[in-house]
Amino acid sequence: MNPVNYLYLSALLFTIGAAGVLIRRNAIVVFMCVELMLNACNLAFVTFSRMHGNLDGQIIAFFTMVVAAAEVVVGLAIIVSVFRARHSASVDDASLMKL
Amino acid sequence: MSANLAAETLAAYTTSSGEAFQFWVLGTVAVAGALCTILMRKAVYSALCLAGTMIILAVFYLANGAYFLGAVQIVVYTGAIMMLFLFVVMLVGVTAADSLKETIRGQRWWAVVCGLGFGILLTAGIGNASLTEFAGLGAANSAHGGNVEGLAALIFTKYVFAFEITGALLITAAVGAMVLTHRERTERAATQRELSEQRVREGKHLPPLPAPGVYARHNAVDIAGLLPDGSPSELTVMQTLRKRGQIRDVSDEALADLKALEQRSEERLGRDRDEEEANR
Amino acid sequence: MENLIALLIGAPLLGAAVLLLGGRRLDKAGHWIGTLLAAVSFVIGLALFADMLGRSADDRALYQRLYTWIPVEGFQADIAFQLDQLSMTFVLLISGVGTLIHVYSIGYMEHDERRRRFFGYLNLFVAAMLLLVLADNYLLLYFGWEGVGLASYLLIGFWQHKPSAATAAKKAFLVNRVGDMGLSIAIMIMFTTFGTFAFGPVLGATGETSEGKLTAIGLMLLLAACGKSAQVPLQSWLGDAMEGPTPVSALIHAATMVTAGVYLIVRSADIFNAAPDAQLVVVVVGAVTLLFGAIVGCAKDDIKKALAGSTMSQIGYMILAAGLGPIGYVFAIMHLVTHGFFKAGLFLGAGSVMHGMNDEVDMRKYGGLRKYMPVTFVTFGLGYLAIIGFPGLSGFFSKDKIIEAAFAKGGTEGWILGSVTLLGAAITAYYMTRVMLMTFFGEKRWQPDAEGHEPHPHESPRSMTLPMILLAFGSVFAGGLFSIGDRFVKWLEPVTSFEHGHPPISAGAITSATVAVMVVGVGIAYLQYGRRPVPVVAPRGSLLTRAARRDLLQDDFNHAVFVRGGTHLTRSLVYVDHTLVDGVVNGTAASVGGLSGRLRKLQNGYARSYAVSMFGGTAVLIAATLLMRAV
Repeated sequence: MNPVNYLYLSALLFTIGAAGVLIRRNAIVVFMCVELMLNACNLAFVTFSRMHGNLDGQIIAFFTMVVAAAEVVVGLAIIVSVFRARHSASVDDASLMKL
Repeated sequence: MSANLAAETLAAYTTSSGEAFQFWVLGTVAVAGALCTILMRKAVYSALCLAGTMIILAVFYLANGAYFLGAVQIVVYTGAIMMLFLFVVMLVGVTAADSLKETIRGQRWWAVVCGLGFGILLTAGIGNASLTEFAGLGAANSAHGGNVEGLAALIFTKYVFAFEITGALLITAAVGAMVLTHRERTERAATQRELSEQRVREGKHLPPLPAPGVYARHNAVDIAGLLPDGSPSELTVMQTLRKRGQIRDVSDEALADLKALEQRSEERLGRDRDEEEANR
Repeated sequence: MENLIALLIGAPLLGAAVLLLGGRRLDKAGHWIGTLLAAVSFVIGLALFADMLGRSADDRALYQRLYTWIPVEGFQADIAFQLDQLSMTFVLLISGVGTLIHVYSIGYMEHDERRRRFFGYLNLFVAAMLLLVLADNYLLLYFGWEGVGLASYLLIGFWQHKPSAATAAKKAFLVNRVGDMGLSIAIMIMFTTFGTFAFGPVLGATGETSEGKLTAIGLMLLLAACGKSAQVPLQSWLGDAMEGPTPVSALIHAATMVTAGVYLIVRSADIFNAAPDAQLVVVVVGAVTLLFGAIVGCAKDDIKKALAGSTMSQIGYMILAAGLGPIGYVFAIMHLVTHGFFKAGLFLGAGSVMHGMNDEVDMRKYGGLRKYMPVTFVTFGLGYLAIIGFPGLSGFFSKDKIIEAAFAKGGTEGWILGSVTLLGAAITAYYMTRVMLMTFFGEKRWQPDAEGHEPHPHESPRSMTLPMILLAFGSVFAGGLFSIGDRFVKWLEPVTSFEHGHPPISAGAITSATVAVMVVGVGIAYLQYGRRPVPVVAPRGSLLTRAARRDLLQDDFNHAVFVRGGTHLTRSLVYVDHTLVDGVVNGTAASVGGLSGRLRKLQNGYARSYAVSMFGGTAVLIAATLLMRAV
């Protein structure tokens, strides 16, 4: 098996995650799908690292994880406060930008 | 597998058949988990499926020679982040399962079209790139004595500024989360008297809510108390369980038990009466 | 000594500031402060004059530079003053006559509760007028020019509760704007041509400049002079300006401000000398106004408006003389000064008559006043004799010189101008005799006013008669004083240059002719108004009389051409604006709005919708990237 298959898997997971973002209404699930996309990217980075024989790809993946952690903390806090204010976790309910 | 063998394996541009087998089996599971994540109606199931996918990804990291990341993936992602998700699901998403029915016109159609197009194009891009040579990580991992040492050498030299900045980012995120979820009490809390007066004014249920459970036999919180006519009263069950629809209706059972009890006592009494009559 | 120049302006300016900002607590002393500061200015002027006389003729000019007003690279304007003989003449006239009129106003405005404000305005006027004549560059002159325009506006409209006064003030202001536009354009041309505004460099460089540019500058300066000096075609405001208090009419609209145009032309003599075409236009304007004003003066029954027509006509003489070039400049200024005396005197006399007659201005309701107001009669009479050019009085000398200079222009032109000035002299004699006879001679014709008050004509208080007496002295002796030994010519020659004109006929003959036409004019007036009783209600009169009563249709002309034309132009512009411009704008707005209405359906507010477009866009980007690689 060629390790490039990891990249195909990564692309597939990313696409699934993106589709989830578009389809799901529950903000938490949408957020999970974003995490899925980030993980797919990480897989690609790790594979690239193996491909090029240096560790920079892994470093990037590591930083991605750290940033994802920060993002999750803030994002979930936002979801909680939106839920408190509107009693709903649906992203469609937060449509005040509509004219 | 000795380090030497592993280095050879990682350097090849075809993997060992063991890794290939692992890829096909676990890859299928990972895709299935991802699909379940976006298709499950309950957020908790989605979270669990995602956690499964992430663990499989951790295995893939290990297989790709990223031993440190594999460990971090399990500890940070599956251990911390996904648990955080579950906490929030408990706080927020427990009310009801999502409806998967689409409300925005054309949204799902467009999502599928874009997703397919994107996926195909991405695949085409990967196929188009000439990715046949894999250098492997053997040399890089062993240069500083191991994968973790190699990463550490890079993080604290080449990427030290990025590392520091991510530290600042984490602090900011922590403070931000606190600011976002913290609520300052701007007015005095209502006293018990005021609350009761409000209840009277609004004509709500005045006495304490009835306790759940039927007689002394069932006192689990999810069992509705019975009204005198034997029908269950929703008021006796806590709101969360009511919303989730997790009320166990034991009214029939209780009535049946009652009937059996009555019959048994009847029989006992009847037998006693018969004996008395016989004695007389 | 030159440091005193700023004080000349500073004293009345201080007065204006104190009086206008001081508020009611100065009501009691306001007129004294104003008069005192005007007098201070006059005394400083006298001191400077004495100093100037002590120096040789070529060394008399003084300069004072206060600071740089606009210090911009290549655009330098200084607050700097130039006091030469020409400016000196004006300074003495302005501060002298101005002080007398301040004194007169103390009595005249005694019962006006806004007297303090009136004196503030008067001081403001004196300061601005002094700034005008003392400036050493055109930009500062323009500042003073606008300052006197402002003061004139404020004083004409001083009795602003009267709609006629408010309207007259606005009219004066607007017409003056037209002239001011000319001055500003002239200054702009000067700046682009010479790169400076200062008199010295500008006037010194006329030799190297093309005649076309100089003609343009000259014509624009003439336009400015026409506006300020009420010359045809911008003359219409002067008659209405008589709505202001009489001291204002005397000071501003007879003696000083209206002569600013003459000053401007004489000051810019070098430009006009080098631009004969502009000079010709100046002469024509002067000649036309001379007759125009005189004819209007003949028909007016309002004593002040008759005098206003006369003012216009006399300034026409000055402008004409200024247009004659070096043979006329000196006489223009000389006539300006003598006219300042006698016309101020006449106006003060008229004010005195009105004061005694319950502010009646219609001469047909006067008559026989010489018995009731002897001082006014005598001073007014001396002014009258001076203006008609009675031999020996000041008007005789100055006007006779202008007539000689007009003949000396030479050729057909000289004959025409000479005849016009002679004709003007005759008409002057006619209308002034008419005023004199209707006011002071004949039967008394006054009647009770609407409330039944019989007017009780009486002599005015001392504060009013004193200035009249002093001005009468000026009217009598100034001309002789100036002419004996050509003193005035020698005085001004270093500034304005002078050439002896050589009229085609002898000077003696011209003088005789002047006296003769004067006698004829007086005679005709006597036959019409002295021998026959004057009707209280004006007769219908001939076509010319009726036209002259309407100021020779000047307002009708302005109304028909400018007001109506302007209205129609505005209406058509409004129409174009509404249909074309608004159509384009509204059409654009409507189409953009319609398009936006369609586009906004895309903005449904759902984050997921936006995410789809973003995702689709990413897909397109990848496709583009792949395509680029493939190509």
